[in-house]
Amino acid sequence: MAAPQALGFFTDTTICIGCKACEVACKNWNQLPATNGGVTKMSGDSYDNTERLDGIHWRHVKFIEQFDGPYNGRWLMMSDVCKHCVQAACLEVCPTGAIIRTEYDTVVIQSDVCNGCRACIAACPFGVIEVNPAAGTAQKCTLCYDRMQVGLEPACAKACPTDSIQFGPIEELRARAQKRRAQLQAQGETRAQLYGDDPNGPLGGLNSFYLLVDEPEVYGLPRNPQLPSKHLATSGTLSAASAVVLGLLALVGLRKRRMDEQAPAGPGPAAN
Amino acid sequence: MSDTFFSAAPDWTWFIIPYFFVGGLAGGAYFLAAALEWFGRPEDRPVIRTGYYVAAAGAIASGLLLTIDLGRPLRFWHMLFQSENFPGLMFKAWSPISFGAWAILLFGLLATVSALGALAEEDRLHSAPLRAVGGVMRGRGLAKLVAAGGGLLGFFVAGYTGVLLTVTNRPIWADSPWLGALFLASGASTGAAALILLAPGRGATEQSLRWLTSFDNKALVVELLLLVAFVASLWSIRGVWLSFWGFLLLVGVVGFGILAPLRMHGTPARAAKLVLLGGFLLRVATIMASEGIEHYRVAGGM
Repeated sequence: MAAPQALGFFTDTTICIGCKACEVACKNWNQLPATNGGVTKMSGDSYDNTERLDGIHWRHVKFIEQFDGPYNGRWLMMSDVCKHCVQAACLEVCPTGAIIRTEYDTVVIQSDVCNGCRACIAACPFGVIEVNPAAGTAQKCTLCYDRMQVGLEPACAKACPTDSIQFGPIEELRARAQKRRAQLQAQGETRAQLYGDDPNGPLGGLNSFYLLVDEPEVYGLPRNPQLPSKHLATSGTLSAASAVVLGLLALVGLRKRRMDEQAPAGPGPAAN
Repeated sequence: MSDTFFSAAPDWTWFIIPYFFVGGLAGGAYFLAAALEWFGRPEDRPVIRTGYYVAAAGAIASGLLLTIDLGRPLRFWHMLFQSENFPGLMFKAWSPISFGAWAILLFGLLATVSALGALAEEDRLHSAPLRAVGGVMRGRGLAKLVAAGGGLLGFFVAGYTGVLLTVTNRPIWADSPWLGALFLASGASTGAAALILLAPGRGATEQSLRWLTSFDNKALVVELLLLVAFVASLWSIRGVWLSFWGFLLLVGVVGFGILAPLRMHGTPARAAKLVLLGGFLLRVATIMASEGIEHYRVAGGM
């Protein structure tokens, strides 16, 4: 059997209607609790009451409300999910080896290996991962690894009524996304842009990428996401330099003490 | 806006903050004890022994705090061994949390062995196996060798916690490369402060204490310079300090933890207590300032 090709999501935010069917399908298939410990919480400032991606929300539809007065505005809807980065920050820092890259080029956390140290949460530039309180381990979208193994598409893509979430081989999705961007731009939506489709871009490209009609920050996406290790050499070098300075200060102090004691002639406690 | 503002807080709070403080203090104390083991004099032995005790107790407390903080504490060993391929070792040199788990383990082992040697020196070991280990450690050659390894690991443990924070994508932590150096200097100053407070009870001489106080003052100056560099490096996101944590950093850490002890020449014990307070508040302020930034609210413009 030929090696499986890289699979992923292309999310066309322009046709998302904010129905949250993807959130429900994800919770249903992955048996995630509807609420956190039985607590039903309203956001109070948005029609979006699930608010964020976390350990029990592996899909989240963002409602971005851009209103300038009561009659002039628009809603931007975006079904957000793990980006399955080609160079994954979470995988890089995970100290237990719980986070793996699968044969489909997706990124999966093995819940039976994770010990809940939460390094991956701080490392992810997109704020995707959180602890599932029922498991005590970090959890996120698996891109329905179990469904993929039997040839099914992920539950969210299957449930999406407008095909805003499209699943398939990354190369095919990229071609489709570029065609759609060109179509929108030809129709006058000049802000249409792809986010995460470039294999030479940040993190080697994202295996879950997006079509946006505003700047990435508006959707809560970092413009230039980075691997956490980019800071390692500088920070480590400065720490080592600080250790050298402090070590020298300690030794110079000891030498000075010895010299001070030897300086005055006359009886005194014998130096060793 | 920095790209770090779109990440999520890891909830490293009330077990990790004490760990960062105690680990730094233990590492600093061991380093000073090791320096005296190599280049000190016989009358420094009480300080050396105190340093080993503080380091051993601190390393054990650090391990416990780290384990309790895990979502699944019984799986703490997954950081050291491959859980699906035991006894294959689990080690990632580029992941500070992986490197740090091993460093804490090895530092704890060396600090415990050194502490056993110190207990043997004070003739306080009653169990035969422990007396045997302690007796071996009384040999100065071996004690110096262990002290060299433990001293380096001690400084590593004091500094890697800051590097660990920098090797993330969180606001403040990943926006400055200075946290590792700053925590290391704080580990040195708090380690010295702990010895200034505890060593007199073990018979430390005036000369040893004078050297410790002198070193602590120098470490505080280094810490202050590094703190200035740290805050200056965050200029582009300076608004993050307009919070209680910024106030705490300025008043608690700089005012009470660094400047006040530097001006207290005649009362080293009181100054040392303030240094310990400042070292703890440094961890509280730098960690909580970032933990309080909620990505989804930043992103959603809420």
